[in-house]
Amino acid sequence: MTAAVLPLLEFTPPTIDYVRLLPFLIVMAAACLGVLVEAFVRRAWRHEVQVGLALVALVCALAVIVTGWGSDALGLADPIGPDQLVGSVMVDGPTQVFWLMLVLFALLSVCLMAERRVYAGRNAFAPMAAAIPGSRAEAEADQAGLEHAEVFPLTLFSLSGMMLFVAADDLLLMFVGLEILSLPLYVLAALARHRRLVSQEAALKYFLLGAAASAIFLFGAALLFAYAGSFDFDLIALRYDHGAAADRLLWAGLGLILVGLLFKISAVPFHSWAPDTYQGAPTPVTAFMAVCTKIAAVAALLRLLFVALGAARWTWQPIIAGLAVLTMLVGPLLGAVQHNVKRLLAYSSVAHAGFLLTGLAGALTLQSGLTEGQFGAVSAISFYLVAYGLATIACFAAVTLVQSGGREATELAAWSGLGRRHPWFGLVMLVSLLSLAGIPLTAGFVGKFAIFTTAWRGGYWWLALAGVLFSLVAAYVYVRLLVTLFFRPSDDQVELRLPGPATAVVLTLTVIGSLAFGLVPGPLADLLGQASVFLRSVHG
Amino acid sequence: MTDLYLILAVILFNVGLVGFLIRRNALIIFMSIELMLNASNLVLVSMSHVHGVLDGQVAAFFVMVVAAAEVVIGLSIIVTIFRARRSTSVDNEILLKG
Repeated sequence: MTAAVLPLLEFTPPTIDYVRLLPFLIVMAAACLGVLVEAFVRRAWRHEVQVGLALVALVCALAVIVTGWGSDALGLADPIGPDQLVGSVMVDGPTQVFWLMLVLFALLSVCLMAERRVYAGRNAFAPMAAAIPGSRAEAEADQAGLEHAEVFPLTLFSLSGMMLFVAADDLLLMFVGLEILSLPLYVLAALARHRRLVSQEAALKYFLLGAAASAIFLFGAALLFAYAGSFDFDLIALRYDHGAAADRLLWAGLGLILVGLLFKISAVPFHSWAPDTYQGAPTPVTAFMAVCTKIAAVAALLRLLFVALGAARWTWQPIIAGLAVLTMLVGPLLGAVQHNVKRLLAYSSVAHAGFLLTGLAGALTLQSGLTEGQFGAVSAISFYLVAYGLATIACFAAVTLVQSGGREATELAAWSGLGRRHPWFGLVMLVSLLSLAGIPLTAGFVGKFAIFTTAWRGGYWWLALAGVLFSLVAAYVYVRLLVTLFFRPSDDQVELRLPGPATAVVLTLTVIGSLAFGLVPGPLADLLGQASVFLRSVHG
Repeated sequence: MTDLYLILAVILFNVGLVGFLIRRNALIIFMSIELMLNASNLVLVSMSHVHGVLDGQVAAFFVMVVAAAEVVIGLSIIVTIFRARRSTSVDNEILLKG
C-alpha cells in the first residue's frame, strides 16, 4: 500500500525566476496590501492611502517592465530557449508588450477612479454598496461622506488577473487568470454612486453571462485536455502535429474556448452584455473594462491560436474571418441608432473587436510567410490596441465631465453644442473620435492601416476590403456624435465640469498620444515590432 | 468505456446550458452555471485517469476553488438585487435596454 503511494510523493520544487515575474508580483502584492489598508487604516485616510498605493505600485511595475526591456528579456538573442518560461507563465516579447499596455492603461483608469473634483468632492462610487438604493442607510452613509476605497485593490486584482491571462502558456493558468480578471470586475460594475439600480442590473447581467462564458471556456479547455492529455500549449501543438488531426474533441474544445474568449472581446454574437454593462457601470470602471479587458482578451486569444493551435490555422481562420465581418457589421449599425453616449461607445468597442479580429484572421506570423522586419499580426494588433485604448479612455474621461444636476448626462441630446461652447472639450472629442474612426494623422488610422495590411498579406484580401468598407460605416457613428457636439444648439441645463488634476492628466496624455502616434508612428511601431514573436515552451 | 464519461459530461453540460438559457430566476441560472463547471470537472478527472497524468485532477481542485469564489461574488450581487427589488427574476423591471 505505502509502496504504491510513495513514488507520488517525490516532489521536485520548481525553480521560479521571481525577477521575470516582478511586474505581476508587484501588482498582486499591492492589491493584497490594499485589502489590509481597508482593515487597518482610518476611514478618513483610506482613499488617499489606497490611491497612493495603487499609483506607486503601477509606476513601479511600469518601471520594472521598462528596465527589463532588452534583447535578452525579449528572447531575441535565443528565440528557442525556454528561459522566458517561469512555471506556466511565459514572459516573452508579446507578454512584455501587453503587460506594458495593461499597466499603462490601468494607470490612466486609476487616475479616473481617483478623481473627486468632477463629482463635487466625492469619488464616482456608491457611499455604501450594501445599502438598499434610496434607503435611509444610504442617505446617512452619503451624509457621513463614506466612500468605497476598495475599488483600488479590486482594480489591481483584476489587473493582476489580466497580466496572468496574457502570459499564460497553459490552459489551466489561462482559466485562472480569466477568473481573477473577471470576478473583481463584476463587483466594480455594481458600485456606481448614481443610478444604482441600473448599476446593479449591469453587474448581474455581466456576472451571469460572464460566468457562463467562463464555464463554456472551461469545458472547452477540459475537452482539449481530453484530446492532448495536457494543458500545455506546446504539448497540444505537438499532439496536433503527430496526427490525430481531425479529432472531434479538438474541434469541440476549440469552438467552446473561442466562445469564452470572444465573449470577453465582445465580438458578435457574444456582445450583448457590453452595452448594458458599459452603460450601468461607473464610468471610470467602464473605461478600465473597455480598454484593459479588451487588450487582455485579444492577447490571450492571439497566444492560444498562434501557439497552441498555430498548425490548425486553416480551420480557425475562416471562423474568425466570418465573425470579424459580422462584428464589423453589427457593431456600427447598432451604434448608429443609440441615444446614449456610453452605449454608443460600447457599440464602438464592439466594432473595434471586429477590426481586431480582422488582423487575427490574417494570422501573418513568421510561420505563415512573414519576413523579418515586416509588420506582423501581433505588432499590428498591439498598435491598434494602443490607438483604441488611448481614444477610448479619453472618451470615457469626457463622459465623466458632462453633467446635469450633479449626475453624468449621458443622453446624446445633452451633449449638443458642448464642443462649440467649450473649445478644449471639443478638441479632446475631435481628436479621440477621429482616431476611433481611423482618419489619417491620428493613431487610429495607422492602427487600421497596419491591421488591414497584415490581413491582406495573410491572404485575406477580401476581409481587408470589407474592413475598409465597414470603417466607413463605423465612421458615421463618430461623425454623428461630432455633429451633435459642434452643430446642434446647446442645452443650458447641461454643465461641463472642469476636470480635476487626475482627469486633466488623462485627457492631456491620451490626446497627445493619439496625435503623436498618428503623426510619428515609427518609434512605437519599431518597439512593438521588436517584441512580436510568441515563444513556445519546448518539450522534446 | 471512457467515452461514457465524456458522454455523461456532455449531457450534464447541456443540461446546465439549457437551464442557463431558459430559466428566468437568477439563482437557478447560477446553479445551471455550476452544473456546467462540474461537467468540466468530470471530463478533467476521468481524462486524467485515461491519460495517466495528474494534471486533470489537480485542475479539478482549481476549478472548485474558482467556483467557490464565483459563488461569493455571484450571491452577493444577486442578494443585493433581491434586497433592492424583492425579486430575482431576470425579466422583471429591466432598466437597461436598446
